[in-house]
Amino acid sequence: MTVSDHPRGGFWSDTGRSGLGSWIFSTDHKRIGLLYLFATFGFFLVGVVLGLLLKFELMTPGRTIMGAEAYNAVFTVHGVTMIFLFILPGFPGAFGNLVMPIQVGARDVAFPRLNLLSWWLYMGGALIVLTSLFTGNGPPDTGWTFYVPFSARTGTNVSLAVFGVFIIGFSAILTGLNFITTIHRLRAEGMTWGRLTLFTWSLYATAWVQILATPILAITLVLIMAERMLGTGLFDPGRGGDPLMYQHLFWIYSHPAVYIMILPAMGAISDIIPVFSRKPVFGYKMIAFSSIAIAAAGSLVWGHHMFTSGMSDRAVLVFSFLTFIVAIPSAIKVFNWVSTLYKGSISLEAPMLFALSFIILFSIGGLTGLILGAAATDVHVHDTQFVVGHFHYVMFGGTGFAFFAAMHYWLPKFFGRRYREKPAVIAWALMFIGFNILYFTMKVLGMKGMPRRYYDYLPEFATLNLVSTIGSWILAVGLVIMLVNLIRGLLRGEPFEGNPWGGATLEWSIPTPPPTENFAREPVVTHGPYDFTAMKE
Amino acid sequence: MDEQQHTIVSYGTLTAAWIALLFLTALTVGITRLDLGGYKVLGALTIACLKGGVVIAFFMQMRYEGRLLRWLLFVALVTLAIFIGITFFDVLYR
Repeated sequence: MTVSDHPRGGFWSDTGRSGLGSWIFSTDHKRIGLLYLFATFGFFLVGVVLGLLLKFELMTPGRTIMGAEAYNAVFTVHGVTMIFLFILPGFPGAFGNLVMPIQVGARDVAFPRLNLLSWWLYMGGALIVLTSLFTGNGPPDTGWTFYVPFSARTGTNVSLAVFGVFIIGFSAILTGLNFITTIHRLRAEGMTWGRLTLFTWSLYATAWVQILATPILAITLVLIMAERMLGTGLFDPGRGGDPLMYQHLFWIYSHPAVYIMILPAMGAISDIIPVFSRKPVFGYKMIAFSSIAIAAAGSLVWGHHMFTSGMSDRAVLVFSFLTFIVAIPSAIKVFNWVSTLYKGSISLEAPMLFALSFIILFSIGGLTGLILGAAATDVHVHDTQFVVGHFHYVMFGGTGFAFFAAMHYWLPKFFGRRYREKPAVIAWALMFIGFNILYFTMKVLGMKGMPRRYYDYLPEFATLNLVSTIGSWILAVGLVIMLVNLIRGLLRGEPFEGNPWGGATLEWSIPTPPPTENFAREPVVTHGPYDFTAMKE
Repeated sequence: MDEQQHTIVSYGTLTAAWIALLFLTALTVGITRLDLGGYKVLGALTIACLKGGVVIAFFMQMRYEGRLLRWLLFVALVTLAIFIGITFFDVLYR
């Protein structure tokens, strides 16, 4: 296909190359971003199917469709897929790559080939994780946390899965390195730190966590492999080891990893809300600062996952205190988003609806997180369905809904076509309702004492579990409608031209879809990212 | 392209660093024979940090590098120190 007869134009055709090779060997950040999007979202759908199976099993007490061992394997694979294959690489890999270089006024990231290598490492790691499901003695059954001593002893395919996650970690480190260098070195003339978009600020904070925390996960995973293959006894108290040390090492990475998951989502929301409120963001500096503060403070709170593990009381006190500190920058963001909405000219289109849902769901998730952060209350709800409900409110209600908001906001820009608004709104409504029915009941079940990670439960929990399962079906229907509408719209929908949302950030100043080099001439930035008055002049 | 400045470290300096490493290794072995409770781990880690510092400064030549690289190393080390330090609220008082 030549340049002229390609229906899309821009980076889809201006290099004159087509076919699979032009994608999987491309160093263009937009193509790599879309590769990440397709891969991560594909894994998300796999995770959704597994999640639906879990809820189906819990629809009635006793065995519904699977037994205890299958249930263990399914929730492990669901967790590993969602965490390591979707939510961790999803936002930075897909939207970070697609949008950030344009937002800073660059033609590409600082190291385009390294960027491609990151995607290949991610795919390689994902392939190894998938292989672990169908080889050896079956899929891992440890939960996504791979806790010792069980992970050191179980006969299932833990070593291979852990090795796959280890490889994916390298991808995250290289992406972080690339983004930090890009933001430091490739900003256009006039793009001062005070004019960076808040999405870019959030990616910057995330990138530091990726670089500093991911190596600790890598070391921890190597230690599991050493424990299994060499019998080192590092975590075996009978041989002088310490099982709690594993939990420390795991959560030193994995709690900051939660912020790798949520920070870019917060950044996207900070970009979307001002556009659909027609008002500059309230407290720009504080939102940017709070991203850094969340990344810093969030790295010191890992012990709140271990309050009932036998850790010292003094450590419980310290970690509980530190956990409450994270609530401050998180609340700063929420208050600033709400203040941005105040007296704004609000336009309730699909991206904004998803963004508003994010604020509500993230706030519920965050506030229930304080119940878990307080040692006294945590003891009562630890390892119950309450924790699962809280985690999904933050990760799915937060990052997931922000991901959907970003898909509706940015993808038309890169595809040059748009989805239909009405089905998008219907899908959003179904997902919002289904989500709350599904996960709020889990919080109630947890408060009533139903533990997590069991395929069976007492008869008194039956009604709420049935309600929760019905919620999962409503959510799934909404998801299917959203997906069909997006795919049809982006492939065959109405042309999306110019700047229909009215965004003031740099990506809205270039042609749709953007050309491979992004800018015909290097841009000179003269106003802030949310200065809508400057845009009209 | 800028010419990279390579500092050639003298044999004397490297030998002194090597002797310091040997001494610190002996010290590590020595403190295992003392009854220090939980502080034994702290002592061993302190010595290990000193040894790492000597290797980084002399054999990896960080001592002769520019300010930026030193700062980057400093940030990484402080992060690591904080992680290990907070872990001691558990290890020391369990």
